[in-house]
Amino acid sequence: MTAFLKLLARNRLALAGLVMIGIVVLLALLTPLLPLADPDVTRTADRFKPPFSEGALLGTDHLGRDLLSRLLWGTRLSLAMGLAAAIIAATLGSAIGIIAGYFGGRTDNIIMRGVDMLMAFPYILLALAIVAALGPGLMNALIAVAAVNVPFFARNIRGITVGIAHKEFIDAARLAGMRDREIILGEVLPNVLPVIVIAMSTTVGWMILETAGLSFLGLGSQPPQADLGSMLGEARSALITNPHTSIVPGAMILIIVMGINLLGDGIRDALDPRLKSGALSRPMAATTVDRQGAVPAARTDSLLDITGLQTEFRVRDRQYKAVGGVDLHVKKGACLGIIGESGSGKSVTALSVMGLVASPPGVITGGAVHFDGKDIVGAPYEVLRALRGRRVAYIFQDPLATLHPLYRVGDQLIEAIQSHESVPRSAARARAIDLLKSVRIPNAESRIDSYPYEMSGGMRQRVGIAMALANDPDVIIADEPTTALDVTVQAQILSVLSDLRRERGLAIIFITHDFGVVGQLCDSVAVMYAGRIVEQGPTGAVLRNPQHPYTSRLIDCVPTLGGGQRKLAAIPGLPPVVDNLPAGCAFAARCDKAQADCRAGQIDLLATGPDRRVRCLFPENVTEHSI
Amino acid sequence: MTDALKLTGLSKSFRVGKRSFGAPWSYVHAVQPLDLTVKTGETLGIVGESGCGKSTLAKMLVGLLPPSTGEIEIEGAVLDNADPAIFGKRIQYVFQDPISSLNPRKTIRQIMEAPLRRLHRLGKAERAARISEIFAAVNLREEFLDRYPHEFSGGQAQRIGIARALAARARILILDEPVSALDVSVQAQVLNLLADLKQEFGLTYLFISHDLAVVEAVSDRVAVLYFGAVVEIGPAREIFANPRHPYTALLAQSAPEVGRPISAPENAGVELPDPLDPPKGCAFNERCAFATDRCRRERPALTGDRGGREIACFNPLDPAAEV
Ligand SMILES: Nc1ncnc2c1ncn2[C@@H]1O[C@H](COP(=O)(O)OP(=O)(O)OP(=O)(O)O)[C@@H](O)[C@H]1O
Ligand code: SF4
Ligand code: SF4
Ligand SMILES: [Mg+2]
Repeated sequence: MTAFLKLLARNRLALAGLVMIGIVVLLALLTPLLPLADPDVTRTADRFKPPFSEGALLGTDHLGRDLLSRLLWGTRLSLAMGLAAAIIAATLGSAIGIIAGYFGGRTDNIIMRGVDMLMAFPYILLALAIVAALGPGLMNALIAVAAVNVPFFARNIRGITVGIAHKEFIDAARLAGMRDREIILGEVLPNVLPVIVIAMSTTVGWMILETAGLSFLGLGSQPPQADLGSMLGEARSALITNPHTSIVPGAMILIIVMGINLLGDGIRDALDPRLKSGALSRPMAATTVDRQGAVPAARTDSLLDITGLQTEFRVRDRQYKAVGGVDLHVKKGACLGIIGESGSGKSVTALSVMGLVASPPGVITGGAVHFDGKDIVGAPYEVLRALRGRRVAYIFQDPLATLHPLYRVGDQLIEAIQSHESVPRSAARARAIDLLKSVRIPNAESRIDSYPYEMSGGMRQRVGIAMALANDPDVIIADEPTTALDVTVQAQILSVLSDLRRERGLAIIFITHDFGVVGQLCDSVAVMYAGRIVEQGPTGAVLRNPQHPYTSRLIDCVPTLGGGQRKLAAIPGLPPVVDNLPAGCAFAARCDKAQADCRAGQIDLLATGPDRRVRCLFPENVTEHSI
Repeated sequence: MTDALKLTGLSKSFRVGKRSFGAPWSYVHAVQPLDLTVKTGETLGIVGESGCGKSTLAKMLVGLLPPSTGEIEIEGAVLDNADPAIFGKRIQYVFQDPISSLNPRKTIRQIMEAPLRRLHRLGKAERAARISEIFAAVNLREEFLDRYPHEFSGGQAQRIGIARALAARARILILDEPVSALDVSVQAQVLNLLADLKQEFGLTYLFISHDLAVVEAVSDRVAVLYFGAVVEIGPAREIFANPRHPYTALLAQSAPEVGRPISAPENAGVELPDPLDPPKGCAFNERCAFATDRCRRERPALTGDRGGREIACFNPLDPAAEV
């Protein structure tokens, strides 16, 4: 809660809104205690006194009633009405939304049909119709405003609930013996509550306006009772002659609605950072680059050469050094494997190459990436855009990262083909079918018209690979592309990739945590731990004679087929968090060979043989002449 | 030894698509009628490709999905209405995604208390004692109890998921891909923990995974599922070393292994079967190198061989093992 308040306070506009609303609410609360004139007593002799006159600070209206008093009492009433309408609408609407979303199926269908029907009416017409049916009056106006806002809440909350109802923790709650009612109240509601609060805080201002609107039309509060709308309505006839009677309530409405909306936006941002409004938080088209020191030269003349790459995430006052100086290179037709546990920096390394790390918070702080001889770190967006997809293509673990859920896969493939090359649609379609066939989609001719959600995970991933291949790239960076797939499909995809690089000289960077896959596909491998490469070399040599203790323990953890039922080796502990790396070897806390020296200072990646390098003071499997 | 779990003719079909006036609904047979027994104290591994019905089967076993046909007998008692609250005391589920199986807005203590309170109606002191006991068993520190799920790594969250399943005091655990979301070094920790817990509490496991090596390492017996049906079942030691069903052989050859050159173990033109339009006869016949006319007409039934293996195939590999 204090963190929430701090977040809110950091947002200046929200703070201004909070102050505005705070003052208005305070005044409204104190109104009965203030020494005010009776708001409803008419004194025709004192009509239309201007502001700042004796005994009437804001003047009087057409019946000589004290405007200040009417304003405060009216504000009190308008606020209460708006708030009551918001609470009623939020409660009813959310209840409807949660029930529809949770039970789904028939219930959902019927409820949402009704909601859609209500939403089809223009808003204010519906409110008018309700008041017309019920007759004018404060309570009826309240009912009308609440009623027209129910569908808004029902819709939004249903959407959120559907997502939550399919989460595994709901199943888990059922298995813990909880019934539907308990699950709705205990598991679903706490998760939708922030959304309800956000929706309420952003709509309560409108509801105040709407009730004021109804009163303005004479359908809400009845004379002599004042609310902001009826004050405006009564002042209408004297708008030209005595503008202050309109300006006073008008200004108050402005203050209230503005204050509430500013505050509402602030609450939304503080409660749900993902919904943050404003351009500041929109990710940049390419990763921000903030390189200190000189740009290193390429170490090799490979197609892709990464030298001293450093990428970090700056989150508030913390720096997560996700990639702490990585050197890698891959030649035409070669396949480099990057292996490591989650959080070791594999994906960030891969994404940094084409400036795809989200900024903020990602920043490339050092190193260079030479593609075809040119450094592309910090290259203009146009340059990166031309390279992305066309010459360097990515395959992600989650194919939905590249596939849009609402378009047919064929159209997406065709668009990918046509975006870099002008070919007629029919030719592009034929090529799309060929691509789908090459990744072994059954029935490619008809599957091309499927939507992603109609395909299984394996099929979607194969479409993702087809997308990557669409423009004959030179380099494919595959980030755990087969992790979510079945072995038979994985075997197919690995053989597709392996053929492609043989036939077309494709360079592949293959990120995985599976030694089996690396062993089969890659010529060389780099093992990453806590943002750094700890061991590097030809695949066969590294897997047979691992030199870094981490590599060798990790290989022992992996069960291989044919070993029978057994206890597996495990590495105790967890990898370190990269915002607070230890001084020396990052693996020291989990290493059974660690000495005092290991923790003393930086350990370099040193050559232990031709093409082999290891970052360890006491490497294993190192024969004397190989040093 | 008694059977922990006995399934008879258990099947599940889902109605899919929209019906246009009077036309019959189409169905996906996610699980074909299936007979299976799991002995008390055994670990039965279930492998198969995605969409083959592993999760559907698992969800039926804990009452989260009502079966279309068939019967589930747990520790001798038939459970016929799908009610997780009744199943919950006997059989529990450990989910694939450890983080999403924990409610982000609840503390670990609240999560742990739910089954103790609902299923066992324990009082406050008893609950606390039981939680300490379970946390000790899964090597979790009690200070974690007042934290929220997002503060944990995948491996820790999965331990919490296991602890919750243990809290229900079920003696049978369905483990649906319990380690596939975890890193290898952590995966081994969790697998070893599962092995220890099994010893300590005399548990029975149904271990679902797509990773053949992991299944082999933890299981006593393994059932291979293809297209909603068991095609081969037998001792874990032998089933991948010496597969008899052509599909098991394909799986074993596809598993990536250091030192084996990459080769696509099957012809790239082969199409995977479409659940809406299932092949006639043996579901594997379009991918099978040994398919005969009979395979395209009849569906093979699961039959036993001499080595304690059951295979659903007309032309199994290694015919010497035939009865
Ligand atoms: N609610 C549903 N409606 C329609 N079809 C479904 C539904 N749930 C599952 N299916 C279908 O049932 C079959 C089996 O699905 P299931 O989720 O059990 O597979 P799985 O083996 O667990 O796969 P994975 O490893 O990908 O989770 C698939 O063809 C799937 O599309
Ligand atoms: S440097 Fe020391 S602590 Fe690090 S891996 Fe080598 S032996 Fe272990
Ligand atoms: S029954 Fe026929 S098609 Fe099916 S697996 Fe056996 S040999 Fe192959
Ligand atoms: Mg599944």
